[in-house]
Amino acid sequence: MKKKVVSLLVAAMTVASLTACGNSGSDAPAANQEPAPAEKQEAEPAPAESQAEAPAESQAEAPAPAADGGTISVGFAQVGHESDWRAANTKNYQDTFSAANGYELSFVDCDNDHAVQIETVRGFIEQELDYICIAPIQSAGWDTVLQEAKDAGIPVLIVDRAVDADPSLYTTALGCDMIAEGEAAGNWLAEYLNGEDANILVIEGSVGASATLGRTEGFNNIVSQNSNWKVLDSQSGDFTQAGGQEVMESFIKSYSDFNVVVCQNDNEAYGAMDAMDAAGITYGVDGDVTIISFDATHDGLQYTLDGKITCNVECNPLQAGFAEDVIKKLQAGEAVDAWTLVVDEAFVAPGITSKYAVTMSQEVLDGRAY
Amino acid sequence: MDKVKKITKMKLFLPIFSMILVMMINVIYDIASGNPPFGFFSISINNGILYGRLIDVLNRGSEVAILAIGMTLVVSASAGTDISVGSVMSLSGGLCCMLLAGYGVTNVSEYAVPLWVGMLAGIAIACVCGLFNGFLVAYMNIQPMVATLILWSAGRAIGLLLCNSNIVYVRVPSFQFFGAYCGIIPTPILIAAVCVAVASIVLKSTALGTYIQSVGINKKASRISGFNSAKIILLCYVICGLCAGIAGLVATCRIYSADTNNIGLNMELDAILAVALGGNSLGGGKFNLAGSIIGAYTIQAITTTLYALGVSSAQAPVFKAIVVILIVVIQSQPVKDYFKKLSAKKAGAKEAA
Repeated sequence: MKKKVVSLLVAAMTVASLTACGNSGSDAPAANQEPAPAEKQEAEPAPAESQAEAPAESQAEAPAPAADGGTISVGFAQVGHESDWRAANTKNYQDTFSAANGYELSFVDCDNDHAVQIETVRGFIEQELDYICIAPIQSAGWDTVLQEAKDAGIPVLIVDRAVDADPSLYTTALGCDMIAEGEAAGNWLAEYLNGEDANILVIEGSVGASATLGRTEGFNNIVSQNSNWKVLDSQSGDFTQAGGQEVMESFIKSYSDFNVVVCQNDNEAYGAMDAMDAAGITYGVDGDVTIISFDATHDGLQYTLDGKITCNVECNPLQAGFAEDVIKKLQAGEAVDAWTLVVDEAFVAPGITSKYAVTMSQEVLDGRAY
Repeated sequence: MDKVKKITKMKLFLPIFSMILVMMINVIYDIASGNPPFGFFSISINNGILYGRLIDVLNRGSEVAILAIGMTLVVSASAGTDISVGSVMSLSGGLCCMLLAGYGVTNVSEYAVPLWVGMLAGIAIACVCGLFNGFLVAYMNIQPMVATLILWSAGRAIGLLLCNSNIVYVRVPSFQFFGAYCGIIPTPILIAAVCVAVASIVLKSTALGTYIQSVGINKKASRISGFNSAKIILLCYVICGLCAGIAGLVATCRIYSADTNNIGLNMELDAILAVALGGNSLGGGKFNLAGSIIGAYTIQAITTTLYALGVSSAQAPVFKAIVVILIVVIQSQPVKDYFKKLSAKKAGAKEAA
């Protein structure tokens, strides 16, 4: 009897949650589609008006905030806080879109949950914010909500990562080029090794992440240009220190002869260094193994300055300035590019000069904003 | 012949057999690729520490082994699983590092409070989590998976709040010690060994194990025979929380930082799998702690094997799934029955001859 009650309850909850999902999912298209045909017949001018008005309004308002201290409201649906990089990225947005600069930033940390992020953006639309920035957790599944934003006349900036949606649905996209980062690392290595053989081990990021795919592709492009380079193995360390350590421990046992380790983010590099320390393998400028890392966080660059991570390719988290430029242009009624590239730099340990990278020094580190 | 039968009838035969099976993959691979056939099993002392893949399995499997202790008891007593353990690991590590570093600080090289305060707080909060889960299951009669679902989602979030959404580094050697090496042996191995030893001594030397099993087999009958069923279930959840706390601290000390987003991520599933691979029924009742521990190391052996074989990260989950399916099928009742029938037939044929 009890079991029956419980199973009934579970079934009821499942149905309830299903309908709940269905509601939130189907409300949106219904809201978009149903009024549309109706409006086409009788309220044709209405949407046209509201659409024409929206930009006009924001343009009209734009000089006003500067004049009388009003603010531009910006919503930012951030991925989460999975790494130092993301924390720096978040802080940059919070600093750039501060009240002092004439903005009102609605910041939401979506904690790596796609559904939460969609709801967040929907919330921004309901609050009628002036601009929405999205750092998409997943690339797919954005059409509906982007359409809603478009219908509401709110410009959407896709930042940091890409979405798999029709570009007409959002205003602009900006971010780093991960393939270029991989190529930068490869180009620097070619210059550094100067014709020497390379036996390379790669600790990849999370499987399927755009950073993993781009950095792998970019680096492999350069590997294929050098016949004496060999990628011995490539495994995922999930962008974490523990993952990097575990993969490196295994690599050390599988391969005795390697001289380059490529870690696709700094956290993995910390783990790999711990594993090599434990096994008594020397690395860095004076060691047997050259470590290349990505992200160039503050801690990561400290290791570069100490000569442990020989080359650290930045993925610039200070993207808010680029976003602000776009918003300023939009405020002024100017056209914006469909894609804005956030410029990355590479950093190399002191004592190395390279045409592809900046030589690390205490001043460079102190001058970093994160 | 009788000896073989005796061995195959042992409770632990199948879990151990599965583990050996997994490791044999390495032997076959090594022979095929021309390496020394037992390379996987070789242990040496390198740079002053024990070195070898077997050590990696024992070291990296520590957290799941510790979790498996608590999970086994929870499964046995309440016929349900505690899916909050991964999150609780993260919470315990997060609180510990937050206290040691001070709130909002992300990188320290000396403690803000003594080490034992942080450690104790981490373990205490995990026990409180266990108490909360246990209360919901034992006294509110909520289904274990539903009850623990609350902390499954909230535990990690609280950990993140405590750490102000940052990765908090505690770069102090005495903190790192618990995730690094004690002499030549990785400390996590020792911690796991102590946990397993304490658990098995307590379960063997007291009647607790019997109580838990009888509650798991029939809660009502146990209550009528005078056990406080609810209290025993509560106790199991607290022990499970305690184990999660210890495992969380081990994982935290390994990377000397509270990476609350990633510590213990999906580890509840590994712990449940360990219990299942150990030949335990997830329907509760009789349990076999040694089986669960072997199950935990079997999971790690699969992971380490996949690294050793160089299976690409994208394909690794598929291989893992295939191995797990094989192990579970080998231990399933129909397959067991088939082998029993087969051996009976053989015996019958012998007698006839």
